[in-house]
Parts: sequence; C-alpha cells; structure tokens
Amino acid sequence: MIRDITIGQYYPADSLIHKLDPRVKLVGTIVYIIALFVIDSYIGYLLAALALLAVIRLSKVPVKFILRGLKPIIAILLFTLVFNLLFTQGDPVFKAGIITITKQGIRLCITMAIRLVLLIIGSSLMTFTTTPNHLTDGLESLMGPLKKVKVPVHEISMMMSIALRFIPILMEETDKIMKAQTARGADFETGGLVKKAKGLIPLLVPLFVSAFRRANDLAMAMEARCYRGGEGRTKMKPLKYTGRDMVSYLVLAVFFAGIIVLNHVDLLMF
Amino acid sequence: MEMVKTEGLVFEYIRRNDEGEVESINRAVDNVDLRINKGDFIAILGHNGSGKSTLAKHINAILTPTEGSVWVGGINTREEEHLWDIRQNAGMVFQNPDNQIIGTVVEEDVGFGAENLGVPTEEIWERVEKSLKAVGMLEYRKHSPNKLSGGQKQRVAIAGIMAMKPQCIVLDEPTAMLDPMGRKEVIETVMELNKKEKVTVILITHYMEEVINADKVFVMDKGKVVMEGTPREIFKEVEQLKRYRLDVPQVTELSYELRKSGLKIPEGILTVDELVKAVCALKKE
Repeated sequence: MIRDITIGQYYPADSLIHKLDPRVKLVGTIVYIIALFVIDSYIGYLLAALALLAVIRLSKVPVKFILRGLKPIIAILLFTLVFNLLFTQGDPVFKAGIITITKQGIRLCITMAIRLVLLIIGSSLMTFTTTPNHLTDGLESLMGPLKKVKVPVHEISMMMSIALRFIPILMEETDKIMKAQTARGADFETGGLVKKAKGLIPLLVPLFVSAFRRANDLAMAMEARCYRGGEGRTKMKPLKYTGRDMVSYLVLAVFFAGIIVLNHVDLLMF
Repeated sequence: MEMVKTEGLVFEYIRRNDEGEVESINRAVDNVDLRINKGDFIAILGHNGSGKSTLAKHINAILTPTEGSVWVGGINTREEEHLWDIRQNAGMVFQNPDNQIIGTVVEEDVGFGAENLGVPTEEIWERVEKSLKAVGMLEYRKHSPNKLSGGQKQRVAIAGIMAMKPQCIVLDEPTAMLDPMGRKEVIETVMELNKKEKVTVILITHYMEEVINADKVFVMDKGKVVMEGTPREIFKEVEQLKRYRLDVPQVTELSYELRKSGLKIPEGILTVDELVKAVCALKKE
C-alpha cells in the first residue's frame, strides 16, 4: 500500500527534453513559473499553454500520464477556485442570499485555474524528464556560487541523492515491520485518528532505529571508500552544456520576452 | 613483502557513563600479531564476538589500535596524513549490501570511490568498466541497485572497491546476509580477483566452506589468534575447532566421525572428491 506513493516520478523515454542539461530544465521551470505569475492577459496564457504543449510533445511523455499526476490536486484546485469565486469583492453579477458572485471573482477564478494547472504540469514535466540524480547534480551546479557564502552545497546535494537512494529501501522495511507487527497483533487499520496515530508507534520506533543503524553503516562505508567531502573530488558524469542547451536557453528568453510584450499589447488593446 | 602486518595489536571498546568515567572495558582484540603476504588469500575465522570484525576495521584504518601497531603496505595506520592512502590501498566490503551502496545506478556507485580519489573523468569510466567486467556485472551497469539480488549487490560493492585500485581487499562477512547461491557467487568472484588481478584478499567469515581454498587461515577466539595454518592443518583439529564454537565443513566432519568409529580415513579431508577417493581406497583393501 505504501509503494503506491511515488516521489520524483521519472518517465523514461528517449527525447530531446530528456537529453537536456538538468540546469536548463531547472532554470526553464523557474522562468516558466515566474512567467505564469507575470502574465496579465488571456493571450499570454494561451502562449504559455501552447509552449507547454510543445514541450510535452517534444518530451514524448504521454498526456494521459501527465493528467494522472493532476488527480491528487483536484481537491485543492476546486477548493481554491470556490473560495476565489465566492469571496472576491467587485461588481456583482449574481446574487442569492449571502452568496455573491462578482465579475472580478469569475476572472480571478479562471486565471487561477489556468495558472495552477499550468504550474503543476510544468513543474511535474521537469521531474518526469529528469532523473533524481541529474536533478541533484543540476541543483549542486546552480547553487555553486553559494559556496562562497559558506553554504554546504555539495553536502546538501549528497544528502539529497542518498535520501533518494534510501526511499525504496526504507519503504520495503516499513512494509516488513508492518507485517511483523501485524503478525504480533498490532492494528493499523481500525479506530479513530488518535488511535491510528498511536498505532503507528510500534511501526515508527523500529523504523527509526533501523534507519540510524543504516546511516551509521553507510557513513562507515563511505569513509572506507575515501569520501571526504566535495574538496578534491572529481565527477564521473560532469555536467556540460551542448549546443541544444544553448538553443533552449535562447528559446526560453524569447518565450519570456513574448509574455512581457503580450502583456503590453493587451493593455494597449483594452 | 608483507601487505598487512600487526604487532601486539590491542583494541578496547571503552564504555563511559555520563560523567565520563570508565564504566567497563571490553578488550575486543587482544595482542594479535599477523603477517599477511602480498597476493595471498587469507581467511579469518571466528565465532560471533571473537573480534574478527574489529580486527578487519584496523586494516582499513577505520579504527586505530589502543596498543600496538598496524602497517598496511608499510604505512603505520597511526599516521593520519596517510589515512586516505591506506583506505585506497586496503578496500573494505561490509556485511550488509544495502548499507554500502551509495549510487542510485550501478555504474555511479562503482565510480564513487574513484571520484573521491580525484581520478580524472575519462579514467573513472575506464576503471568502472574494467571492474564491473571483473566481477561479471557489466550488463547491469545501468540498473538500479535496488532491483539486484544480494549476491549481485555485493559484487557491485566489490567492483566499487576494485575501481579504487587497491592492493588488498578486506571482506567483513560479505556473505552473512546472502542465500547459498549468492554466497557462492561472491566467493567465486573474490577468488577470481585474487588469482587474476593478484589482489590480496582478507576474508572474514564464519562459514567454513568458504575458507577451503584459502592460502592461510587464522582462527580467532576472544580477541586472540588461537590457530594459524593452511585449511588442511586447521581442519584436522576438529575437536579444537568445536571448542571455539566453529563447525568444520560437512565432509570433514563426516570423515572425522568415520575415523573415530575405526575406519582408516586420512586426516584433514576438505572436499567430497577426497572423501570419495579415501572410501574407495578402503574398499580395495
């Protein structure tokens, strides 16, 4: 049951987007998110949606697969929309009792929906097309300048990749402990919230103990293999920009410029 | 030349209470003198708590002696400036295969040690390929370690050590958590590395079957080396081994029992073939 949760899902495929440098994808995602909040016109949203569609096509990730990723957030989405629709002040369009729907409310509701959906698809597309390892490599490289202000960038990215490596191992272990405790009469299924939370104690305690033991072993194994931090370390897979990465940066810049221009065009028109 | 040498090696686990006063001292390794030659296949046997793992950790300089000294490739493990040379020179494989694999892809894990040593990128790739080939795991290079069997994981761990080009590998009960098939895989890999790559192997185990092919066997009990010799010399002493709570291989045990009940079977039989020959010889008489 725990195995259904997937973190940082990766969709393996051989596409242009998959081959891009992780730094390009990280910067791209950030720029895209900023763009979504800068956009001030429906044409702008159209451009953003089309751009996203083009990237999806290029990435060869099936649309169905992407839409499945949206399912868990439908509730949050609806919640936000309803709130925005009901509680935005402005010119009333519809009135029934205490419920007032305003023109501004409808507009905000629509833009918010587009924004959220595009934002989630856009950022999940990054994790679909980038392996967790590449992602941490990219983060380490992008945060490189922070080393000058004593941020332990290498250590952070090493911790992230170790965490990713141990997620499946600890999940398997959780399953095992759960079964062992169920065999001893532990009950994880019935009862109210408090009882269920209490029921987790016999699961969490052995899990934590074992996680610490693993951490201890792993630290020793790393030291035995001469790990001594990022200093003087070489990379087996160093990140290198290629022509297509440069082109992607260019496309990204053009996209962002387009968004800004469209904002102004819109203002002139209306 | 000696690969590993210890002289009067003593190690004590000291437990202190909250005030920092010594509560109890547990002498895990007690006055051990070892000489291990280059290129040898050495096995160290011992029951749980005999101090064999503690001894192994001294060879990789994870622990430093309480008393006495350890030299690895002529360097004393107390010299901190040479710590990393020692660890590069004497690689170590641990018991739990899951807890020593760092990479999320097999080849990345194998390259981890070489990365730490600052080896240039192209050379890391060469080393990774060569060591994966040496342990027979080349076809799994792009796989996730989580999907491998225990024996395969240990072979990946061994490849990771080999990529650091050590002269000596210390294996601390590498087969304790494996099934019989995995155990065989790992031991065969290690033996092949010893023969082909001329790596000194120090195998720590409590499975007797694994030490039959060793050049030399040390038996430890309560922190001391109590027996030393070729496997044949060691397994002759069935009763003494039993006193140290160790079992001899099944075949050896059987021939020992047969001899005890009056049959003329030679001492120190290690393999099924040898026993078959001895029994056939009896029939002819």
